[in-house]
Amino acid sequence: MSGSKHEIIESNLPLMIILTILAVSVGGLVEIVPLFFQHSTTKPIEGVKPYEPLRLVGRDIYVREGCYNCHSQMIRPFRAETERYGHYSVAGESVYDHPFQWGSKRTGPDLARVGGRYSDQWHRIHLLNPRDVVPESNMPAYSWLDRPAKVDDIEKKMAALNAVTFKVDGKPPYSEDDIKNARAQVEGKTELEAVIAYLQGLGTALKNVR
Amino acid sequence: MSDFVNGFWNMYVMVLVALSLVYCLFVLMSNRTEKKVGGVQLHGNVWDENIQEWNNPLPGWWMGLFWLTVLFGIAYLAMYPGFGSFKGAFGWTSLGQYEDEMKKAAEKYDPIFNKFLTQDIKVVAADPEAKAMGERLFQTYCSQCHGSDAKGAKGFPNLTDSDWLYGGEPEQIETTIKGGRQGMMPPFAHLGADTIKDAANYVRSLSGMAADSTRAQRGKEVFMANCSPCHGQDAKGNTAIGAPNLSDSTWLYGSSEGTVTETITMGRQNRMPAFQEFLGDAKIHLLAAYIYGKSAGAAPKAETK
Repeated sequence: MSGSKHEIIESNLPLMIILTILAVSVGGLVEIVPLFFQHSTTKPIEGVKPYEPLRLVGRDIYVREGCYNCHSQMIRPFRAETERYGHYSVAGESVYDHPFQWGSKRTGPDLARVGGRYSDQWHRIHLLNPRDVVPESNMPAYSWLDRPAKVDDIEKKMAALNAVTFKVDGKPPYSEDDIKNARAQVEGKTELEAVIAYLQGLGTALKNVR
Repeated sequence: MSDFVNGFWNMYVMVLVALSLVYCLFVLMSNRTEKKVGGVQLHGNVWDENIQEWNNPLPGWWMGLFWLTVLFGIAYLAMYPGFGSFKGAFGWTSLGQYEDEMKKAAEKYDPIFNKFLTQDIKVVAADPEAKAMGERLFQTYCSQCHGSDAKGAKGFPNLTDSDWLYGGEPEQIETTIKGGRQGMMPPFAHLGADTIKDAANYVRSLSGMAADSTRAQRGKEVFMANCSPCHGQDAKGNTAIGAPNLSDSTWLYGSSEGTVTETITMGRQNRMPAFQEFLGDAKIHLLAAYIYGKSAGAAPKAETK
């Protein structure tokens, strides 16, 4: 019963593997690859700067504690979201985020523009025990954050981000001087201070735009 | 999609999409095998000595769905953005949809907000509709710090009483919401623990709480020298700079000797963020009225209406 065309592929395993890979890669080739060659996804918008060392340390604590499991950082262009959180998120705000913290689920509120929305004091109380300021909150208490932050790898982190971040005007996010001076800025800080510094900088570039 | 770094990527997307569609159609066409009459058709491959596969054509309903999927894809790319930089016949964008939604909402809600914006805050405070709106706004933007009952928390002022750090007149409340406030009491650790204890006892004695009278007497001198510039000689505070009244029973951080000592030693700093840019005049006007209506002074007035 030979002669049917599909037999050629089905009886030749290497060929079938190659064709399968080709077939499933089309989606990625069309939808993902061009994103690396767009201005809006590779250039920071005005006001978005690389994370300062302390905020970088805070960001890694944010990731470590799994904040993204309950908090998104992505305000969608719907009125219901912009009324509550502020201007919708744009791609150019995330160019220094590796990995991005957009998240996919909101048990807590979106944090894309939480910067400046509360005082440092509020964050301190709220992170250590959320119920002290929001009695209805079901967020866990992060009572252990008031301890020295691990900062001995800050130079390596910055070098790694230099390697994976798009160069803006031919320059990586951190200069050699930035990396050299980083240690002094984070030494002796607590994890709490680092996380608060990170949170207070979130989304401030478009904070006052409506 | 017009922001590709160069024209190549536009072509790249178009060519790949077109090729995929053409290929799907080719596969569909080439598999239009009719069911052959006469006996079972076998695929030809043999596994494990005698296991063979039937070689029947694909079911008609399945082929039909596949055709529909391809046609849907073509129609979608013709109407919506996706085919390279082609914007689609409908000219749809998510930004356009958002702006449309905002415009519709503005047409619907702006007249209501603007009606209240032109009214005096005291009048707005007495209006039940404005009160309901203010309540919603308060729960969304203010309750995280001031509490859903507006009674505040340690370090975050209670808005339902008649005691105000920066003044409780409608205009003062509005100013506070618009520009925010920076509460700043400097630390007095340099005075030494014993002197601070004296001052703490004096401060507690002002509101009639238990205090060591010898210490309180010594503390009075400390108070006059260090605290009175902000809190006043009579300790009644100063709403111009947000210095709290220390002679009443309202305490922002707590009245125990330990807490008062901590406040004097470490100082206190807290900030209310500015909401002018984020919320705009109309919402702030409603919020100011809601909070004014909440405070003890205005509550009876609202009830007599």
